Amino acid sequence: MKFIDEYRDAQAARQYSDSLRRVTTKPWTIMEVCGGQTHSIVKFGIDELLPPAITLVHGPGCPVCVTSLELVEKAIEIASTPDVIFCSFGDMLRVPGISRDLLSVKATGGDVRIVYSPLDALKIAEENPAREVVFFAVGFETTAPANAMAVYQAAQKDIHNFSLLVSHVLVPPAMEAILSSPENRVQGFLAAGHVCAVMGFWEYEPIAAKYHVPIVVTGFEPVDILQGIYMCIRQLEGGRAEVENQYSRSVSKAGNLPAQKLIGEIFRVVPRKWRGVGEIPQSGLGLQEKYSRFDAEARFGLVHFTADEPAECISGLVLQGIKKPYECTAFVVRCTPEHPMGATMVSSEGACAAYYHYRKKS
Amino acid sequence: MASESKNGNAFICPIPIEQYPNVLLAHGGGGKLTHQLIEKMFLPAFGNSILGARHDGALLHLPSQQLAFTTDSYVIRPLFFPGGDIGSLAINGTVNDLAMCGARPLFLSAGFILEEGLPMDTLWRVVQSMKLAAEQAGVQIVTGDTKVVDRGKGDGIFINTAGIGVVEARQAISPANVRPGDAIVLSGDIGRHGIAIMAVREGLEFESTIESDCAALSGIVLDLIGAGIELHCLRDLTRGGLASALIEIAESSCLHFEIEENTIPMLEDVKGACEILGFDPLYVANEGRFISFVPARDVDRTLARMRAHPLGAQSCIIGTAKEGDPGLVTMRSRIGATRVVDMLSGEQLPRIC
Repeated sequence: MKFIDEYRDAQAARQYSDSLRRVTTKPWTIMEVCGGQTHSIVKFGIDELLPPAITLVHGPGCPVCVTSLELVEKAIEIASTPDVIFCSFGDMLRVPGISRDLLSVKATGGDVRIVYSPLDALKIAEENPAREVVFFAVGFETTAPANAMAVYQAAQKDIHNFSLLVSHVLVPPAMEAILSSPENRVQGFLAAGHVCAVMGFWEYEPIAAKYHVPIVVTGFEPVDILQGIYMCIRQLEGGRAEVENQYSRSVSKAGNLPAQKLIGEIFRVVPRKWRGVGEIPQSGLGLQEKYSRFDAEARFGLVHFTADEPAECISGLVLQGIKKPYECTAFVVRCTPEHPMGATMVSSEGACAAYYHYRKKS
Repeated sequence: MASESKNGNAFICPIPIEQYPNVLLAHGGGGKLTHQLIEKMFLPAFGNSILGARHDGALLHLPSQQLAFTTDSYVIRPLFFPGGDIGSLAINGTVNDLAMCGARPLFLSAGFILEEGLPMDTLWRVVQSMKLAAEQAGVQIVTGDTKVVDRGKGDGIFINTAGIGVVEARQAISPANVRPGDAIVLSGDIGRHGIAIMAVREGLEFESTIESDCAALSGIVLDLIGAGIELHCLRDLTRGGLASALIEIAESSCLHFEIEENTIPMLEDVKGACEILGFDPLYVANEGRFISFVPARDVDRTLARMRAHPLGAQSCIIGTAKEGDPGLVTMRSRIGATRVVDMLSGEQLPRIC
């Protein structure tokens, strides 16, 4: 497959692996920000190809994992309401709330539907004018343009029975939260290629400068990731802290300007709770005042609803790269994909699930 | 949908449309309408002397040897999909389970649970498809049953088929007989059925229509048995895909299987669909593929026989059974690293981004 096969080439991977062994002279810890990158690393066994001095930690870039328990509970509450059609991306359905998930809501009669785009949810709203249709708007900057477009079109078409349960999160504030933590061990970042395809990478330059940390915008295929790590190690070994772009086939410094404009039209920056981490200031998107009529939380009276997370789960520390999944006492013993305690075990992109599936027996 | 009328147009539904264009509860009531359904639809389609006896059960004459017996129920949405429908699936699925026991499938039962209101023409097309599939697989439908449930209590048609076959393999075929050193042979490309269904359900479009691989595997398996190949274990790949089949056999045989990602054939469109949806093709459903475990000395003959059969043209060795961690399946990835292939916890759900 074009644009896939060449980035899964064993010889190219081997070359980067050899180069990394040559240039690495001391231990380094690098975080890949995005859950898609974590998935690729574990699925293809990329870390096996790295010299032992390089440690990868898995960052908070899985939108499914970082969606707060509170929002999952709100989703379950809305989806259980009679006459509501609740639409979501597939992997949010298995995220555990306090006592159940959206799949169980579906099994007990809730109309919960998997869609591939928020515009599909909008179409469902148009086709079912007598019912409330709610879309679970989860994701980083990557999914924000499509979600913004759904609201924009709903406003244009004057559709009253459509709303968003907004759970948008932003990457740069999360990186800053990690870097400013006293426990931080991350020395370099692979930034998420898809997020940067939308936002560009100008936002990362002040972070690289302030914390003196190299940031390499990186793609998702094995050769992309190995090259990203190589670029990051070269900087670390050379004492540099710059923003570099490995994923230049998709990402420009400015990013996708029409998409950014649309995001700005519909959304504003708000504080956001991250599952396992807590609230990070200015780290999420909420609807602008003039689009607040599309806010499902307000529509269903859930603005002040709160929920506390289980104490035993260390998914927050895993998300921040402070602990590895197997350092958790519950991992595999009390926490499995069948009975997950935290969302990092639920999503196929979650660090705990990735470790469970691909490493369990080795 | 292009494939819908493939079999239906050849004949006209014999139940008078103007009278009963849809299935009524009475069609399952055991009275006149049930009788009409059997006489006009099922008997002509599945006609054979055993079914024709209209007895409460089928009286079968079987050679006095080991029998294989299996049953499976079929629920699928949509009822018709590129490459097949619930009817052909219900025949081939049960035929394949018998074939995997090293048996020649002979007789099937067919139990229908119909939803009130189902268009009679839909049932007719499904029955015609079953007739065709049964003929192709060389099996007879010798007994059956029909029930009708209230509208909204079913999904159009549910079918259960049970099957009996006579075992022709000279040695036992079972996971327990897999031996260290056995080659793992896959009969063709994977993931087509699952992606074909997904594409229709979700309205995904590709450059060409992806067709299900739904097919009866008894012919190709009997070819291998006829050639005297020592088959240690056979398994058709169904819902859990290649990965689940391998893990189940590794666990039952207490052996370690090593497979090579590069060797597993897949259609470009199937690969693309899996990339878009975030699916791992190892876990995507198939309905016409199987794996066989054969000793190294029989590998060349196995491949030659399988490749000579239309359903095995792409057959290849994907790995080996070894001593080592019992129940473990590992895969050498395309970039040369190794990962564990584990059982899925639930259905694969499309990923967010």
